[in-house]
Amino acid sequence: MTTDEWQIVAFTAGMAVLSTALILAPGVALAWCLARLRWRGKSLVETFVALPLVLPPVVTGLVLLKLFGRRGPIGHWLYSEFHLDVVFTWRAVALALAVMSFPLLVRTARSAIEEVNPALEQIARTLGAGEWRVFFTITLPLAKRGLLAGTLLAFARALGEFGATIMVAGNIPGVTTTLSTDIYQLVQLGEDSHAWVLAGISLALAFAALWVSEWLQRRRKT
Amino acid sequence: MTPGIQASFTKRFAGGPVIRVENLCTGGNGSTITVLFGPSGSGKTTMLRCLAGLERPEEGTIQFDGEIWFDSGMGKSVPVQRRNIGFVPQDYALFPHLNVADNIAYSLHGLAAMEKQSRVVETMRWLGLNGLEQRLPGELSGGQQQRVALARAVVRRPRLLLLDEPLSSLDTPTRQRLRGELRSLLLQLGIPTILVTHDQLEAAALGDQLVVLDQGRMLQTGPVADVINRPANLAVAAIVGTETVLLGHVTRVSDGLATVTVNGFELTALAESLPPGANAVHLCIRAEDVILLQNGGAPASARNRLSATVLALAPEGPLMRIELDCGFPLKALLTRQACDELALKAGASVVALIKAPHIHLISFNR
Repeated sequence: MTTDEWQIVAFTAGMAVLSTALILAPGVALAWCLARLRWRGKSLVETFVALPLVLPPVVTGLVLLKLFGRRGPIGHWLYSEFHLDVVFTWRAVALALAVMSFPLLVRTARSAIEEVNPALEQIARTLGAGEWRVFFTITLPLAKRGLLAGTLLAFARALGEFGATIMVAGNIPGVTTTLSTDIYQLVQLGEDSHAWVLAGISLALAFAALWVSEWLQRRRKT
Repeated sequence: MTPGIQASFTKRFAGGPVIRVENLCTGGNGSTITVLFGPSGSGKTTMLRCLAGLERPEEGTIQFDGEIWFDSGMGKSVPVQRRNIGFVPQDYALFPHLNVADNIAYSLHGLAAMEKQSRVVETMRWLGLNGLEQRLPGELSGGQQQRVALARAVVRRPRLLLLDEPLSSLDTPTRQRLRGELRSLLLQLGIPTILVTHDQLEAAALGDQLVVLDQGRMLQTGPVADVINRPANLAVAAIVGTETVLLGHVTRVSDGLATVTVNGFELTALAESLPPGANAVHLCIRAEDVILLQNGGAPASARNRLSATVLALAPEGPLMRIELDCGFPLKALLTRQACDELALKAGASVVALIKAPHIHLISFNR
Protein backbone atom coordinates (compact mmCIF):
# COMPACT_ATOMS: atom_id res chain seq x y z
CA MET A 1 0.00 0.00 0.00
CA THR A 2 1.14 3.53 -0.74
CA THR A 3 1.42 6.34 1.80
CA ASP A 4 -1.59 7.99 0.18
CA GLU A 5 -3.66 4.89 0.72
CA TRP A 6 -2.51 4.67 4.35
CA GLN A 7 -3.37 8.31 4.83
CA ILE A 8 -6.90 7.77 3.49
CA VAL A 9 -7.46 4.69 5.68
CA ALA A 10 -6.21 6.51 8.77
CA PHE A 11 -8.27 9.61 7.97
CA THR A 12 -11.47 7.63 7.37
CA ALA A 13 -11.04 5.52 10.51
CA GLY A 14 -10.19 8.63 12.51
CA MET A 15 -13.27 10.46 11.25
CA ALA A 16 -15.45 7.42 12.01
CA VAL A 17 -14.05 7.25 15.55
CA LEU A 18 -14.52 11.01 16.02
CA SER A 19 -18.08 11.05 14.71
CA THR A 20 -19.03 8.02 16.84
CA ALA A 21 -17.48 9.65 19.91
CA LEU A 22 -19.42 12.84 19.19
CA ILE A 23 -22.81 11.15 18.97
CA LEU A 24 -22.29 8.66 21.81
CA ALA A 25 -23.43 10.79 24.76
CA PRO A 26 -26.31 12.62 23.02
CA GLY A 27 -27.38 9.40 21.29
CA VAL A 28 -27.56 7.39 24.53
CA ALA A 29 -29.27 10.30 26.30
CA LEU A 30 -31.91 10.53 23.55
CA ALA A 31 -32.31 6.74 23.57
CA TRP A 32 -32.95 6.90 27.32
CA CYS A 33 -35.55 9.65 26.88
CA LEU A 34 -37.28 7.59 24.18
CA ALA A 35 -37.16 4.38 26.22
CA ARG A 36 -38.04 5.69 29.67
CA LEU A 37 -40.02 8.93 29.44
CA ARG A 38 -43.39 9.82 28.03
CA TRP A 39 -43.43 13.25 26.47
CA ARG A 40 -45.20 15.34 23.91
CA GLY A 41 -43.75 15.17 20.41
CA LYS A 42 -41.89 11.93 21.15
CA SER A 43 -43.05 10.19 17.99
CA LEU A 44 -42.14 13.26 15.96
CA VAL A 45 -38.59 13.24 17.30
CA GLU A 46 -38.40 9.48 16.75
CA THR A 47 -39.37 9.87 13.09
CA PHE A 48 -37.02 12.79 12.60
CA VAL A 49 -34.07 10.86 14.04
CA ALA A 50 -34.84 7.86 11.83
CA LEU A 51 -35.05 9.94 8.65
CA PRO A 52 -31.39 9.56 7.56
CA LEU A 53 -31.97 5.77 7.52
CA VAL A 54 -34.47 5.99 4.67
CA LEU A 55 -33.76 9.32 3.01
CA PRO A 56 -31.30 9.16 0.09
CA PRO A 57 -27.96 10.07 1.74
CA VAL A 58 -27.45 12.64 -0.98
CA VAL A 59 -30.57 14.47 0.24
CA THR A 60 -29.31 14.44 3.83
CA GLY A 61 -26.02 15.79 2.49
CA LEU A 62 -27.83 18.51 0.58
CA VAL A 63 -29.73 19.61 3.70
CA LEU A 64 -26.46 19.70 5.67
CA LEU A 65 -24.82 21.66 2.89
CA LYS A 66 -27.58 24.30 3.02
CA LEU A 67 -27.56 24.47 6.84
CA PHE A 68 -23.79 24.58 7.32
CA GLY A 69 -22.70 26.52 4.23
CA ARG A 70 -21.39 30.02 4.93
CA ARG A 71 -24.76 31.47 3.91
CA GLY A 72 -26.77 28.80 5.74
CA PRO A 73 -28.24 29.60 9.15
CA ILE A 74 -25.84 27.47 11.20
CA GLY A 75 -22.80 27.92 8.97
CA HIS A 76 -23.23 31.70 8.95
CA TRP A 77 -23.40 31.82 12.73
CA LEU A 78 -20.35 29.56 13.12
CA TYR A 79 -18.33 31.69 10.71
CA SER A 80 -19.28 35.07 12.17
CA GLU A 81 -18.88 33.97 15.81
CA PHE A 82 -15.91 31.61 15.68
CA HIS A 83 -14.51 32.07 12.19
CA LEU A 84 -15.22 28.38 11.62
CA ASP A 85 -15.71 26.86 8.20
CA VAL A 86 -17.50 23.53 8.04
CA VAL A 87 -18.46 22.75 4.49
CA PHE A 88 -15.71 21.12 2.36
CA THR A 89 -13.43 20.64 5.40
CA TRP A 90 -12.73 17.62 7.63
CA ARG A 91 -15.41 18.99 9.96
CA ALA A 92 -18.02 18.39 7.27
CA VAL A 93 -16.82 14.78 6.95
CA ALA A 94 -17.27 14.23 10.72
CA LEU A 95 -20.66 15.97 10.56
CA ALA A 96 -21.93 13.83 7.67
CA LEU A 97 -20.73 10.59 9.30
CA ALA A 98 -22.28 11.62 12.65
CA VAL A 99 -25.68 12.46 11.18
CA MET A 100 -25.78 9.31 9.09
CA SER A 101 -24.86 6.92 11.90
CA PHE A 102 -26.89 8.65 14.65
CA PRO A 103 -30.16 6.74 13.98
CA LEU A 104 -28.42 3.36 14.15
CA LEU A 105 -26.90 4.22 17.52
CA VAL A 106 -30.16 5.61 18.92
CA ARG A 107 -32.26 2.68 17.79
CA THR A 108 -29.90 0.01 19.12
CA ALA A 109 -29.35 1.90 22.37
CA ARG A 110 -33.06 2.43 22.83
CA SER A 111 -33.90 -1.24 22.59
CA ALA A 112 -30.96 -2.07 24.85
CA ILE A 113 -32.31 0.31 27.50
CA GLU A 114 -35.86 -0.95 27.05
CA GLU A 115 -34.63 -4.48 27.79
CA VAL A 116 -33.49 -3.42 31.27
CA ASN A 117 -36.24 -4.34 33.73
CA PRO A 118 -37.67 -1.04 35.04
CA ALA A 119 -38.41 -2.77 38.36
CA LEU A 120 -34.65 -2.84 39.02
CA GLU A 121 -34.45 0.91 38.50
CA GLN A 122 -37.44 1.41 40.80
CA ILE A 123 -35.83 -0.66 43.54
CA ALA A 124 -32.66 1.40 43.22
CA ARG A 125 -34.80 4.51 43.82
CA THR A 126 -36.38 2.99 46.93
CA LEU A 127 -32.82 2.44 48.15
CA GLY A 128 -32.20 6.18 47.94
CA ALA A 129 -30.49 6.42 44.54
CA GLY A 130 -31.16 9.55 42.47
CA GLU A 131 -31.75 9.41 38.72
CA TRP A 132 -28.08 9.80 37.75
CA ARG A 133 -26.95 7.09 40.11
CA VAL A 134 -29.73 4.79 38.89
CA PHE A 135 -28.58 5.36 35.31
CA PHE A 136 -24.87 4.84 35.91
CA THR A 137 -25.10 1.92 38.36
CA ILE A 138 -28.13 0.00 37.04
CA THR A 139 -29.31 1.00 33.56
CA LEU A 140 -25.92 1.52 31.95
CA PRO A 141 -24.20 -1.67 33.17
CA LEU A 142 -27.23 -3.80 32.31
CA ALA A 143 -27.60 -2.24 28.84
CA LYS A 144 -23.83 -2.32 28.24
CA ARG A 145 -23.90 -5.10 25.69
CA GLY A 146 -26.52 -3.45 23.49
CA LEU A 147 -24.93 -0.02 23.82
CA LEU A 148 -21.58 -1.40 22.71
CA ALA A 149 -23.19 -3.15 19.76
CA GLY A 150 -24.91 0.09 18.79
CA THR A 151 -21.65 2.00 19.02
CA LEU A 152 -19.82 -0.47 16.78
CA LEU A 153 -22.71 -0.47 14.34
CA ALA A 154 -22.58 3.32 14.16
CA PHE A 155 -18.81 3.16 13.66
CA ALA A 156 -19.17 0.61 10.85
CA ARG A 157 -21.85 2.72 9.20
CA ALA A 158 -19.61 5.80 9.41
CA LEU A 159 -16.71 3.94 7.76
CA GLY A 160 -18.73 3.35 4.60
CA GLU A 161 -20.61 6.65 4.33
CA PHE A 162 -20.60 8.10 0.81
CA GLY A 163 -23.61 10.13 -0.34
CA ALA A 164 -23.88 12.70 2.41
CA THR A 165 -20.10 13.06 2.64
CA ILE A 166 -19.62 13.83 -1.03
CA MET A 167 -22.36 16.49 -0.91
CA VAL A 168 -21.25 18.37 2.16
CA ALA A 169 -17.49 17.68 2.20
CA GLY A 170 -16.73 17.01 -1.42
CA ASN A 171 -13.76 14.89 -2.45
CA ILE A 172 -10.69 17.04 -1.87
CA PRO A 173 -7.56 14.86 -1.88
CA GLY A 174 -5.72 15.01 1.41
CA VAL A 175 -8.49 17.10 2.98
CA THR A 176 -11.87 15.37 2.78
CA THR A 177 -11.30 12.24 0.74
CA THR A 178 -12.50 9.09 2.52
CA LEU A 179 -12.29 5.44 1.53
CA SER A 180 -15.68 5.50 -0.20
CA THR A 181 -15.20 8.75 -2.08
CA ASP A 182 -11.72 7.69 -3.14
CA ILE A 183 -12.94 4.32 -4.44
CA TYR A 184 -15.58 6.16 -6.48
CA GLN A 185 -12.95 8.53 -7.81
CA LEU A 186 -10.51 5.73 -8.71
CA VAL A 187 -13.16 3.78 -10.61
CA GLN A 188 -14.08 6.96 -12.49
CA LEU A 189 -10.43 7.31 -13.48
CA GLY A 190 -10.24 3.65 -14.50
CA GLU A 191 -7.73 2.78 -11.75
CA ASP A 192 -9.61 -0.35 -10.77
CA SER A 193 -6.69 -2.14 -9.16
CA HIS A 194 -6.21 0.71 -6.69
CA ALA A 195 -9.94 0.78 -6.06
CA TRP A 196 -9.86 -2.92 -5.23
CA VAL A 197 -7.15 -2.46 -2.63
CA LEU A 198 -9.23 0.17 -0.88
CA ALA A 199 -12.38 -1.91 -1.23
CA GLY A 200 -10.56 -4.80 0.42
CA ILE A 201 -9.52 -2.57 3.31
CA SER A 202 -13.11 -1.33 3.69
CA LEU A 203 -14.31 -4.88 3.81
CA ALA A 204 -11.72 -5.84 6.42
CA LEU A 205 -12.55 -2.87 8.66
CA ALA A 206 -16.33 -3.38 8.44
CA PHE A 207 -15.92 -7.09 9.02
CA ALA A 208 -13.72 -6.50 12.06
CA ALA A 209 -16.16 -3.98 13.60
CA LEU A 210 -19.15 -6.30 13.16
CA TRP A 211 -17.24 -9.36 14.27
CA VAL A 212 -15.98 -7.70 17.45
CA SER A 213 -19.53 -6.52 18.17
CA GLU A 214 -20.89 -10.07 17.74
CA TRP A 215 -18.06 -11.52 19.79
CA LEU A 216 -18.67 -9.10 22.64
CA GLN A 217 -22.34 -9.97 22.69
CA ARG A 218 -21.64 -13.69 22.71
CA ARG A 219 -19.08 -13.33 25.49
CA ARG A 220 -21.59 -11.43 27.65
CA LYS A 221 -24.18 -14.15 27.24
CA THR A 222 -22.02 -17.01 28.42
CA MET B 1 -48.20 13.13 65.80
CA THR B 2 -49.85 9.84 64.94
CA PRO B 3 -47.23 7.13 64.58
CA GLY B 4 -47.20 4.81 61.58
CA ILE B 5 -49.04 5.19 58.28
CA GLN B 6 -52.21 7.25 58.04
CA ALA B 7 -53.61 7.02 54.55
CA SER B 8 -56.78 7.73 52.58
CA PHE B 9 -56.46 7.82 48.82
CA THR B 10 -57.87 6.76 45.47
CA LYS B 11 -55.91 5.24 42.61
CA ARG B 12 -57.41 4.41 39.22
CA PHE B 13 -55.87 1.92 36.86
CA ALA B 14 -56.80 1.07 33.31
CA GLY B 15 -58.32 -2.40 33.35
CA GLY B 16 -58.30 -2.78 37.15
CA PRO B 17 -60.63 -1.90 40.00
CA VAL B 18 -60.57 1.62 41.45
CA ILE B 19 -58.46 1.41 44.56
CA ARG B 20 -59.91 3.21 47.53
CA VAL B 21 -57.99 3.33 50.75
CA GLU B 22 -60.06 4.73 53.59
CA ASN B 23 -58.38 5.53 56.83
CA LEU B 24 -55.64 2.96 56.71
CA CYS B 25 -53.70 3.11 59.99
CA THR B 26 -50.80 0.84 60.82
CA GLY B 27 -50.24 0.99 64.57
CA GLY B 28 -47.30 2.97 65.80
CA ASN B 29 -45.62 0.23 67.81
CA GLY B 30 -42.21 -0.37 66.26
CA SER B 31 -42.68 -4.03 65.54
CA THR B 32 -46.26 -4.02 64.27
CA ILE B 33 -46.71 -6.15 61.16
CA THR B 34 -49.75 -5.11 59.13
CA VAL B 35 -50.91 -7.57 56.49
CA LEU B 36 -52.82 -6.41 53.43
CA PHE B 37 -54.72 -9.57 52.60
CA GLY B 38 -56.99 -10.30 49.67
CA PRO B 39 -57.40 -12.32 46.48
CA SER B 40 -55.21 -11.49 43.49
CA GLY B 41 -56.45 -8.44 41.66
CA SER B 42 -57.77 -6.86 44.85
CA GLY B 43 -55.31 -3.97 44.61
CA LYS B 44 -52.93 -4.92 47.43
CA THR B 45 -49.75 -4.42 45.44
CA THR B 46 -50.92 -1.09 44.05
CA MET B 47 -51.68 0.12 47.58
CA LEU B 48 -48.19 -0.89 48.68
CA ARG B 49 -46.62 0.86 45.70
CA CYS B 50 -48.59 4.03 46.47
CA LEU B 51 -47.31 3.96 50.04
CA ALA B 52 -43.76 3.45 48.74
CA GLY B 53 -44.08 6.36 46.32
CA LEU B 54 -43.67 4.18 43.24
CA GLU B 55 -47.21 5.02 42.12
CA ARG B 56 -48.98 8.31 42.54
CA PRO B 57 -52.60 8.23 43.73
CA GLU B 58 -55.13 10.49 41.95
CA GLU B 59 -56.25 12.04 45.20
CA GLY B 60 -55.94 11.73 48.95
CA THR B 61 -53.26 11.92 51.59
CA ILE B 62 -50.54 9.66 52.93
CA GLN B 63 -48.74 10.50 56.16
CA PHE B 64 -46.05 8.67 58.03
CA ASP B 65 -45.29 9.50 61.66
CA GLY B 66 -47.14 12.75 61.12
CA GLU B 67 -44.99 13.68 58.11
CA ILE B 68 -46.87 14.34 54.86
CA TRP B 69 -45.69 11.97 52.12
CA PHE B 70 -48.47 12.69 49.70
CA ASP B 71 -51.22 15.27 49.57
CA SER B 72 -53.11 15.79 46.33
CA GLY B 73 -54.66 19.01 47.64
CA MET B 74 -51.27 20.57 48.30
CA GLY B 75 -49.82 19.00 45.16
CA LYS B 76 -47.14 17.43 47.35
CA SER B 77 -45.48 14.06 46.83
CA VAL B 78 -42.25 13.17 48.61
CA PRO B 79 -40.09 11.26 46.10
CA VAL B 80 -39.46 7.61 46.87
CA GLN B 81 -35.75 8.32 47.49
CA ARG B 82 -36.58 10.52 50.45
CA ARG B 83 -39.23 8.38 52.14
CA ASN B 84 -36.52 6.15 53.61
CA ILE B 85 -38.41 2.91 53.21
CA GLY B 86 -37.28 -0.64 52.58
CA PHE B 87 -39.18 -2.24 49.72
CA VAL B 88 -39.02 -5.92 48.81
CA PRO B 89 -40.92 -6.71 45.60
CA GLN B 90 -42.46 -10.08 44.83
CA ASP B 91 -39.63 -11.26 42.57
CA TYR B 92 -36.99 -9.64 44.87
CA ALA B 93 -35.48 -7.68 41.92
CA LEU B 94 -31.88 -8.30 42.97
CA PHE B 95 -29.42 -6.45 40.74
CA PRO B 96 -28.19 -9.27 38.48
CA HIS B 97 -24.82 -7.64 37.72
CA LEU B 98 -23.84 -7.04 41.35
CA ASN B 99 -22.69 -9.68 43.80
CA VAL B 100 -24.51 -10.27 47.07
CA ALA B 101 -22.33 -7.89 49.10
CA ASP B 102 -22.70 -5.09 46.51
CA ASN B 103 -26.46 -5.66 46.29
CA ILE B 104 -26.76 -5.28 50.05
CA ALA B 105 -24.43 -2.27 50.17
CA TYR B 106 -26.31 -0.42 47.41
CA SER B 107 -28.28 1.83 49.76
CA LEU B 108 -25.18 2.69 51.83
CA HIS B 109 -23.82 4.99 49.11
CA GLY B 110 -22.04 7.92 50.72
CA LEU B 111 -21.06 6.11 53.92
CA ALA B 112 -17.40 5.64 54.76
CA ALA B 113 -16.02 2.34 53.43
CA MET B 114 -15.40 0.98 56.94
CA GLU B 115 -18.91 1.76 58.14
CA LYS B 116 -20.36 0.30 54.94
CA GLN B 117 -18.37 -2.89 55.31
CA SER B 118 -19.30 -3.40 58.95
CA ARG B 119 -23.01 -2.83 58.29
CA VAL B 120 -23.02 -5.31 55.39
CA VAL B 121 -21.16 -7.91 57.45
CA GLU B 122 -23.49 -7.40 60.41
CA THR B 123 -26.65 -7.71 58.29
CA MET B 124 -25.34 -10.74 56.41
CA ARG B 125 -24.42 -12.49 59.63
CA TRP B 126 -27.83 -11.71 61.11
CA LEU B 127 -29.59 -13.28 58.11
CA GLY B 128 -27.19 -16.23 57.86
CA LEU B 129 -25.77 -15.18 54.51
CA ASN B 130 -22.07 -15.49 55.41
CA GLY B 131 -19.91 -16.92 52.69
CA LEU B 132 -22.21 -15.78 49.88
CA GLU B 133 -20.63 -12.29 49.53
CA GLN B 134 -19.14 -12.90 46.07
CA ARG B 135 -22.06 -14.85 44.58
CA LEU B 136 -24.20 -13.33 41.86
CA PRO B 137 -27.98 -13.40 42.42
CA GLY B 138 -28.38 -16.00 39.66
CA GLU B 139 -26.28 -18.42 41.72
CA LEU B 140 -28.52 -18.29 44.79
CA SER B 141 -31.47 -20.45 45.84
CA GLY B 142 -34.91 -18.86 46.17
CA GLY B 143 -34.68 -18.70 49.95
CA GLN B 144 -31.22 -17.11 49.79
CA GLN B 145 -32.45 -14.55 47.26
CA GLN B 146 -35.29 -13.65 49.59
CA ARG B 147 -32.91 -13.06 52.47
CA VAL B 148 -30.54 -10.98 50.30
CA ALA B 149 -33.51 -8.84 49.22
CA LEU B 150 -34.50 -8.41 52.87
CA ALA B 151 -30.90 -7.57 53.82
CA ARG B 152 -30.66 -4.99 51.04
CA ALA B 153 -33.94 -3.39 52.18
CA VAL B 154 -33.08 -3.18 55.89
CA VAL B 155 -29.33 -2.49 55.91
CA ARG B 156 -29.78 1.27 56.01
CA ARG B 157 -32.38 0.97 58.79
CA PRO B 158 -35.45 2.31 57.01
CA ARG B 159 -38.38 3.80 58.91
CA LEU B 160 -40.91 1.50 57.26
CA LEU B 161 -40.59 -1.87 55.60
CA LEU B 162 -42.88 -2.85 52.70
CA LEU B 163 -42.94 -6.48 51.54
CA ASP B 164 -44.89 -7.61 48.47
CA GLU B 165 -45.81 -11.32 48.65
CA PRO B 166 -42.49 -12.09 50.35
CA LEU B 167 -42.84 -15.87 50.13
CA SER B 168 -44.89 -16.45 46.99
CA SER B 169 -42.02 -17.07 44.58
CA LEU B 170 -40.55 -19.85 46.75
CA ASP B 171 -41.20 -23.58 46.47
CA THR B 172 -43.62 -25.01 49.02
CA PRO B 173 -41.17 -26.56 51.54
CA THR B 174 -39.04 -23.39 51.63
CA ARG B 175 -42.17 -21.29 52.00
CA GLN B 176 -43.37 -23.34 54.96
CA ARG B 177 -39.97 -23.07 56.63
CA LEU B 178 -39.61 -19.34 56.06
CA ARG B 179 -43.15 -18.50 57.15
CA GLY B 180 -42.22 -18.83 60.80
CA GLU B 181 -38.66 -17.58 60.35
CA LEU B 182 -39.70 -14.36 58.62
CA ARG B 183 -41.96 -13.22 61.44
CA SER B 184 -39.26 -13.61 64.06
CA LEU B 185 -36.75 -11.77 61.83
CA LEU B 186 -39.21 -8.92 61.37
CA LEU B 187 -39.89 -8.73 65.10
CA GLN B 188 -36.14 -8.63 65.83
CA LEU B 189 -35.79 -5.71 63.42
CA GLY B 190 -38.42 -3.64 65.19
CA ILE B 191 -39.25 -1.72 62.01
CA PRO B 192 -42.99 -1.27 61.37
CA THR B 193 -43.83 -3.49 58.43
CA ILE B 194 -46.61 -3.65 55.87
CA LEU B 195 -46.82 -6.92 54.03
CA VAL B 196 -49.00 -8.03 51.12
CA THR B 197 -50.21 -11.58 50.70
CA HIS B 198 -53.02 -13.58 49.13
CA ASP B 199 -52.22 -16.64 51.25
CA GLN B 200 -54.38 -17.06 54.33
CA LEU B 201 -51.81 -19.15 56.21
CA GLU B 202 -49.18 -16.50 55.54
CA ALA B 203 -51.47 -13.71 56.73
CA ALA B 204 -52.24 -15.56 59.95
CA ALA B 205 -48.63 -16.59 60.58
CA LEU B 206 -46.95 -13.28 59.84
CA GLY B 207 -49.32 -10.51 60.82
CA ASP B 208 -50.45 -8.63 63.90
CA GLN B 209 -52.98 -6.47 62.09
CA LEU B 210 -55.02 -7.71 59.16
CA VAL B 211 -56.56 -5.52 56.48
CA VAL B 212 -58.89 -7.54 54.24
CA LEU B 213 -59.19 -6.21 50.70
CA ASP B 214 -61.42 -7.04 47.78
CA GLN B 215 -61.98 -5.23 44.49
CA GLY B 216 -59.81 -2.35 45.61
CA ARG B 217 -61.71 -1.76 48.85
CA MET B 218 -60.83 -2.28 52.50
CA LEU B 219 -63.47 -4.63 53.91
CA GLN B 220 -62.29 -5.13 57.49
CA THR B 221 -59.35 -4.13 59.66
CA GLY B 222 -58.35 -5.51 63.03
CA PRO B 223 -56.11 -7.89 64.94
CA VAL B 224 -55.50 -11.06 62.91
CA ALA B 225 -57.40 -13.44 65.19
CA ASP B 226 -60.41 -11.11 65.39
CA VAL B 227 -60.76 -10.77 61.65
CA ILE B 228 -60.31 -14.48 60.98
CA ASN B 229 -62.66 -15.65 63.74
CA ARG B 230 -65.20 -12.85 63.46
CA PRO B 231 -65.50 -11.72 59.83
CA ALA B 232 -67.64 -8.58 59.52
CA ASN B 233 -69.56 -9.88 56.52
CA LEU B 234 -69.87 -12.76 54.10
CA ALA B 235 -67.30 -11.34 51.68
CA VAL B 236 -64.66 -11.27 54.43
CA ALA B 237 -65.71 -14.75 55.58
CA ALA B 238 -65.15 -16.00 52.02
CA ILE B 239 -61.74 -14.30 51.73
CA VAL B 240 -60.44 -15.50 55.10
CA GLY B 241 -61.64 -18.98 54.17
CA THR B 242 -64.35 -19.69 56.76
CA GLU B 243 -65.17 -23.29 55.88
CA THR B 244 -68.78 -23.52 57.03
CA VAL B 245 -71.22 -20.68 56.42
CA LEU B 246 -74.88 -21.47 57.19
CA LEU B 247 -78.13 -19.60 57.00
CA GLY B 248 -80.23 -19.52 60.20
CA HIS B 249 -82.89 -17.71 62.20
CA VAL B 250 -82.50 -16.34 65.72
CA THR B 251 -85.31 -17.78 67.85
CA ARG B 252 -84.24 -16.62 71.31
CA VAL B 253 -81.67 -14.35 72.94
CA SER B 254 -81.03 -14.61 76.67
CA ASP B 255 -78.03 -14.24 79.01
CA GLY B 256 -75.84 -13.18 76.09
CA LEU B 257 -76.53 -16.40 74.22
CA ALA B 258 -78.48 -16.67 70.99
CA THR B 259 -80.41 -19.74 69.96
CA VAL B 260 -80.35 -20.10 66.20
CA THR B 261 -82.33 -22.57 64.11
CA VAL B 262 -80.59 -24.08 61.09
CA ASN B 263 -82.60 -26.50 58.97
CA GLY B 264 -84.72 -27.33 62.03
CA PHE B 265 -81.68 -27.91 64.29
CA GLU B 266 -81.00 -25.59 67.21
CA LEU B 267 -77.52 -24.17 67.75
CA THR B 268 -76.23 -21.90 70.53
CA ALA B 269 -73.87 -19.02 69.83
CA LEU B 270 -72.68 -15.84 71.55
CA ALA B 271 -75.05 -12.97 70.88
CA GLU B 272 -72.46 -10.21 71.32
CA SER B 273 -72.10 -9.23 67.67
CA LEU B 274 -75.84 -9.29 66.96
CA PRO B 275 -77.73 -6.03 66.59
CA PRO B 276 -80.98 -5.96 68.63
CA GLY B 277 -83.90 -7.50 66.80
CA ALA B 278 -81.72 -9.38 64.31
CA ASN B 279 -83.52 -12.36 62.86
CA ALA B 280 -81.92 -13.84 59.74
CA VAL B 281 -78.23 -14.54 60.33
CA HIS B 282 -75.25 -16.26 58.76
CA LEU B 283 -73.38 -18.68 61.03
CA CYS B 284 -69.62 -18.94 60.47
CA ILE B 285 -67.81 -21.98 61.83
CA ARG B 286 -64.11 -22.57 61.25
CA ALA B 287 -63.20 -26.20 60.56
CA GLU B 288 -60.44 -26.28 63.20
CA ASP B 289 -63.01 -25.33 65.89
CA VAL B 290 -65.09 -28.49 65.31
CA ILE B 291 -64.37 -31.40 67.68
CA LEU B 292 -65.37 -34.98 66.80
CA LEU B 293 -66.23 -37.76 69.27
CA GLN B 294 -67.05 -41.39 68.80
CA ASN B 295 -70.76 -42.03 68.69
CA GLY B 296 -72.32 -41.99 72.18
CA GLY B 297 -69.18 -40.46 73.68
CA ALA B 298 -68.93 -38.87 77.10
CA PRO B 299 -70.80 -35.72 78.11
CA ALA B 300 -68.97 -32.48 77.24
CA SER B 301 -69.12 -28.82 78.09
CA ALA B 302 -69.60 -27.68 74.51
CA ARG B 303 -73.06 -26.15 73.98
CA ASN B 304 -73.57 -27.71 70.57
CA ARG B 305 -73.62 -31.47 70.27
CA LEU B 306 -74.66 -32.80 66.87
CA SER B 307 -75.07 -36.29 65.47
CA ALA B 308 -73.20 -36.40 62.19
CA THR B 309 -72.34 -38.72 59.34
CA VAL B 310 -68.90 -38.57 57.68
CA LEU B 311 -69.31 -37.84 53.97
CA ALA B 312 -65.71 -37.54 52.78
CA LEU B 313 -62.11 -37.20 54.00
CA ALA B 314 -59.33 -35.32 52.22
CA PRO B 315 -55.72 -35.10 53.43
CA GLU B 316 -54.26 -31.60 53.77
CA GLY B 317 -50.61 -31.69 54.85
CA PRO B 318 -50.46 -33.16 58.37
CA LEU B 319 -54.21 -32.63 58.73
CA MET B 320 -57.36 -34.23 57.40
CA ARG B 321 -60.30 -32.22 56.14
CA ILE B 322 -63.62 -33.94 56.88
CA GLU B 323 -67.00 -33.22 55.38
CA LEU B 324 -69.93 -34.02 57.66
CA ASP B 325 -73.69 -34.11 57.39
CA CYS B 326 -75.47 -33.03 60.60
CA GLY B 327 -78.71 -32.16 58.89
CA PHE B 328 -76.70 -29.38 57.33
CA PRO B 329 -73.20 -29.51 55.86
CA LEU B 330 -70.29 -28.99 58.30
CA LYS B 331 -66.53 -29.17 57.78
CA ALA B 332 -63.96 -30.22 60.36
CA LEU B 333 -60.15 -30.20 60.36
CA LEU B 334 -58.41 -32.93 62.40
CA THR B 335 -54.91 -34.31 62.71
CA ARG B 336 -54.35 -37.60 60.93
CA GLN B 337 -53.66 -39.34 64.25
CA ALA B 338 -57.06 -38.21 65.54
CA CYS B 339 -58.71 -39.59 62.40
CA ASP B 340 -56.93 -42.92 62.87
CA GLU B 341 -57.88 -43.16 66.55
CA LEU B 342 -61.52 -42.45 65.74
CA ALA B 343 -61.31 -44.88 62.79
CA LEU B 344 -63.03 -42.29 60.63
CA LYS B 345 -64.17 -43.28 57.18
CA ALA B 346 -66.94 -42.27 54.85
CA GLY B 347 -70.30 -43.35 56.24
CA ALA B 348 -69.17 -43.46 59.90
CA SER B 349 -71.45 -41.95 62.53
CA VAL B 350 -69.84 -39.46 64.93
CA VAL B 351 -70.73 -36.66 67.29
CA ALA B 352 -69.62 -33.13 66.40
CA LEU B 353 -69.01 -30.61 69.20
CA ILE B 354 -68.85 -26.86 68.72
CA LYS B 355 -68.43 -24.41 71.58
CA ALA B 356 -70.84 -21.48 71.54
CA PRO B 357 -68.07 -18.83 71.16
CA HIS B 358 -66.84 -20.65 68.03
CA ILE B 359 -70.04 -19.92 66.14
CA HIS B 360 -69.80 -16.40 64.80
CA LEU B 361 -73.07 -14.75 63.77
CA ILE B 362 -73.34 -12.18 60.99
CA SER B 363 -76.64 -10.34 60.91
CA PHE B 364 -78.37 -10.59 57.58
CA ASN B 365 -80.13 -7.24 57.23
CA ARG B 366 -77.26 -4.86 57.79
